[in-house]
Amino acid sequence: MLEPINISLDSLNLGTIAPISIAIIGALGILLTDIFNKNKHKSLYVILVVLFLIFDLFTLLSFNGEPRGLFDLMLVDGIAVLSQCIIIGGSILFILLGLSKLRLQEFRYAEYFALYLFAVAGFQFMVSSDSLILIFVGLETSSLALYTLIAMHNRMVSIEAAVKYFTMGALAAAFFVFGSMIFYAITGTVELAQMAQVLTQDGFLSMENYSNYILVLVGFAFMFAAIGFKLSLFPYHVWVPDVYQGSTSALAGFISVVPKIAGFVVALRFFEIFIHANDIIIQTILYVTVILTMTIPNLIALQQKDIKRMLAYSSISNTGMAMAAIAIGTQQATNALFLYWILFTITNFGAFGMLWLNRGKEFKDYESPYTFVKFSGLAQISPFSASILALFLFALSGLPPFALFWGKMYLISSAVNSGHIALAIIMVLNSVIAAYYYLRPISYMFLRDVEQGANTEFMQNATTPTKSIVGFAVFLTIIAVLLIDPLLNIISTLVSNSGF
Amino acid sequence: MEHILSMLIFFPAAAAIVGFLIDKDSMRQYGVVVTVVEFILSLLLWYYFDPSVAGMQFVQSLPLISTYGINYLVGVDGVSLFLIVMIAFMTMIAVIGLTEKKGVKNLIITMLFLEMTMVGVFVSLDLILFYVFWEFTLIPMFYIIGFWGAEKRFYAAIKYFLYTFTGSLIMLVGILYFGYIFHEATGVWSFSFLDWNSLILPFDLQLWLFIAFFMAFAVKVPMFPFHTWLPLAHGQAPTIGSIILAAVLLKMETYGFIRFSLPLFPDASVYFAGFMATLGLIAIIYTAMIAYAQEDMKQMIAYSSISHMGVITLGVFALNVEGISGAVYLMIGHGIVSGALFMCVGVLYDRRKTKMIKEFGGLAHNMPMFALVYAIVLMASIGLPLTIGFIGEFLSLLGFFKYSPILAFIGSLTIVLSAVYMLAMYKRTFFGNLVKEENKSMKDILGRELIALGSLVILIIALGIYPKVVLDPLNTTVTQLTKVMEIKAVNNDSKEKLRALNSIGEVK
Repeated sequence: MLEPINISLDSLNLGTIAPISIAIIGALGILLTDIFNKNKHKSLYVILVVLFLIFDLFTLLSFNGEPRGLFDLMLVDGIAVLSQCIIIGGSILFILLGLSKLRLQEFRYAEYFALYLFAVAGFQFMVSSDSLILIFVGLETSSLALYTLIAMHNRMVSIEAAVKYFTMGALAAAFFVFGSMIFYAITGTVELAQMAQVLTQDGFLSMENYSNYILVLVGFAFMFAAIGFKLSLFPYHVWVPDVYQGSTSALAGFISVVPKIAGFVVALRFFEIFIHANDIIIQTILYVTVILTMTIPNLIALQQKDIKRMLAYSSISNTGMAMAAIAIGTQQATNALFLYWILFTITNFGAFGMLWLNRGKEFKDYESPYTFVKFSGLAQISPFSASILALFLFALSGLPPFALFWGKMYLISSAVNSGHIALAIIMVLNSVIAAYYYLRPISYMFLRDVEQGANTEFMQNATTPTKSIVGFAVFLTIIAVLLIDPLLNIISTLVSNSGF
Repeated sequence: MEHILSMLIFFPAAAAIVGFLIDKDSMRQYGVVVTVVEFILSLLLWYYFDPSVAGMQFVQSLPLISTYGINYLVGVDGVSLFLIVMIAFMTMIAVIGLTEKKGVKNLIITMLFLEMTMVGVFVSLDLILFYVFWEFTLIPMFYIIGFWGAEKRFYAAIKYFLYTFTGSLIMLVGILYFGYIFHEATGVWSFSFLDWNSLILPFDLQLWLFIAFFMAFAVKVPMFPFHTWLPLAHGQAPTIGSIILAAVLLKMETYGFIRFSLPLFPDASVYFAGFMATLGLIAIIYTAMIAYAQEDMKQMIAYSSISHMGVITLGVFALNVEGISGAVYLMIGHGIVSGALFMCVGVLYDRRKTKMIKEFGGLAHNMPMFALVYAIVLMASIGLPLTIGFIGEFLSLLGFFKYSPILAFIGSLTIVLSAVYMLAMYKRTFFGNLVKEENKSMKDILGRELIALGSLVILIIALGIYPKVVLDPLNTTVTQLTKVMEIKAVNNDSKEKLRALNSIGEVK
């Protein structure tokens, strides 16, 4: 006869999952609304999503209990709070782009918005746990939701993108499970904190425990590949441009920002174990991957003739930059990672938002509305939208005084301060390469005349709400210098609270 | 008056933003008004400037990112004061003499933004702020070259952008590293030049940081191996772009050497003086020879600019009061003279739509006034006594004579060589018979062109005859600078070298 298990509700610490449950309840609420009311306008659902996300955010901010909860599965520490804020903030920005003018297929279904909230909830689970099982559940929830979101655009190119993303994602999931399994076999736990303890206590990362050392390396390789797929690190980045091209700009922007911060937090929690062990092989792998992730996509981006594909490669390269912060591994570097990603969210939101507003309906499947040539002479037709798009592109290339420059500067300085001068030089040289391809669309917009017989209608998808939300991003990009100080204070408090 | 520097920086920017509302037919007048006001502001700055004080004046400080020690910190001393006045003056002249017809509104707005960044570079005392303004000059200039330029403008604009961007980013790493060193030494994060100046660095660190800063400055000067973007940029840029590029943007980096490299890395400066002087000499001789071979008048002046920048480099790395004051004076002089030269080319180009020297000839017959103006500007460029060019070149070379008489002798060839190519060009353009039919109908300069060029000529002669107005405040600052260098030098060799170089006495 088994002993009956007594658990008090208090010990579960349900506050830890309160924010996430609000997102899930919101998603279910949207589904229910749809059952009882057919054919409601999309603006209803957009605003409902925003409402629930804001509710989610406030619940998160008011949380101040024990970080552990739900049988120690949940871990709502400083970086979990911080990254959830970025995830929710980014999601609010990107869903507001849905208030655009064109009537697209996916917005007719309430499921689109429910799935969006499920994806957000998945990411929140990923970042607020250090148990590999819960991370896996969060990862799969969010990924499955994302695949469907992409495919709902209902064009061949989108379905192709969704299938590609799904195949790659499934492979990554398999790697993740396999890696977790190996680590469970070695250490007997799936919790990262305990795993680190066992690994260091038993000297698994040293020469004395040689047979296990190889097992650790194999496990690491699997986990690394799984995280690499999610973050689009160098050899695992091939899906990115096609997926971005297949999804709408609003969704592509979302994919380039929000899933990655979740991935970064998992990477941070996981790699932290190994970086501080000073293991030469693992450090070399990380270092080389970071450098290649920065450089190779940058070089490919030079060849692109389409702004969206170019931005896809640039976002891979930016991931490499942020990954550098994890490879450096000091506290300043972790601060820099979050600062960089917040500023990158704002800037990338602006760039993809401008593409989204410029989308027309006349283009066919597998044709892009965002080729460089199409933007020729935009400065003469609509100087304002040209300047705004150029502003975001300049900001992405890291030109001061716009938002991303401060992130880059802080990141480079964290590299310099920890003695990685070579890495710092590689980073700045990559900025130069990046500057070249960012300049190309700008030179089309500003330096060329309008193409003969080209369609000169721009901003077809713009409405007042979407314009104002992009305008808000412009405002933040320009005054970024004033935001850095408060942001750094918040980030460093939260990061040092959670011991990174 | 303590806010005058912020006004100088942000007035053009504010005016540019408001300028979007103005109708494009009235834009030029608006540009003139704004730049005149800016010039008056800069004169006010000069009026309230106390020439007896060697340190920074009108200092203003506001925290921007206090956790990381980045402040909005601005101030002027004798070196930057006159450069700011020159910027305001040249921008004003360039806008007055503007003849561009295409997209005037955008051009004026871009010019005003550019003026903000240029002033910002010369008044920033916080290195990060300096870097921000320094990089921000790229965007307006990129647009000016790329949109209003000649046929190969895309290539020229992108090459200009990438060259200078690369150099500056390496400087950024240097700046961040210096910030780190400062933090290690004092426990405080700071990027203020005034704080950094109190820190004495070991010799090998100075070498590396000097090289990092050198990368940014050398590309923009441009020094010999990095100079290929400049003739291209000048050749393709519109007149107004060339004027600003030559008059102001090229001065940013020699200013950077004087402001940052010399006092922060005194030993490295002494160590590299020979190397820098050699680069300067190569620029003087080699580009003068290329200039002689040019068929395009604008390219020729562009190469002659590089050649004169070589003399400025010599002056700076003479490391004594005469040399550095001379270099600053030559920076001002060269700014005015090369601006005037490019404006003259612009006058010809507007009338004939060509810049090829062989297309002209005998112009003195129907454009006597223009021929006179051109001749005076040309003489100033060569460095004839009683013009502004002479004072600067003479002082720079005098300063460098102390360092090495032989090298100074080679350097003085600049006067001979520039006389060769300038006079040859002048002869082919203005003398002889007026053969070409198209040239006969060319009108002499009048109106706006005469005002713009006339005021430049007056300034060229006035400052050539009475340089004391500028040299006096300059000397106070530069003397202080050389003293600081001598005190801060860590090696005894460099200390002695600096003392030996500075034993002539000051120039009055």
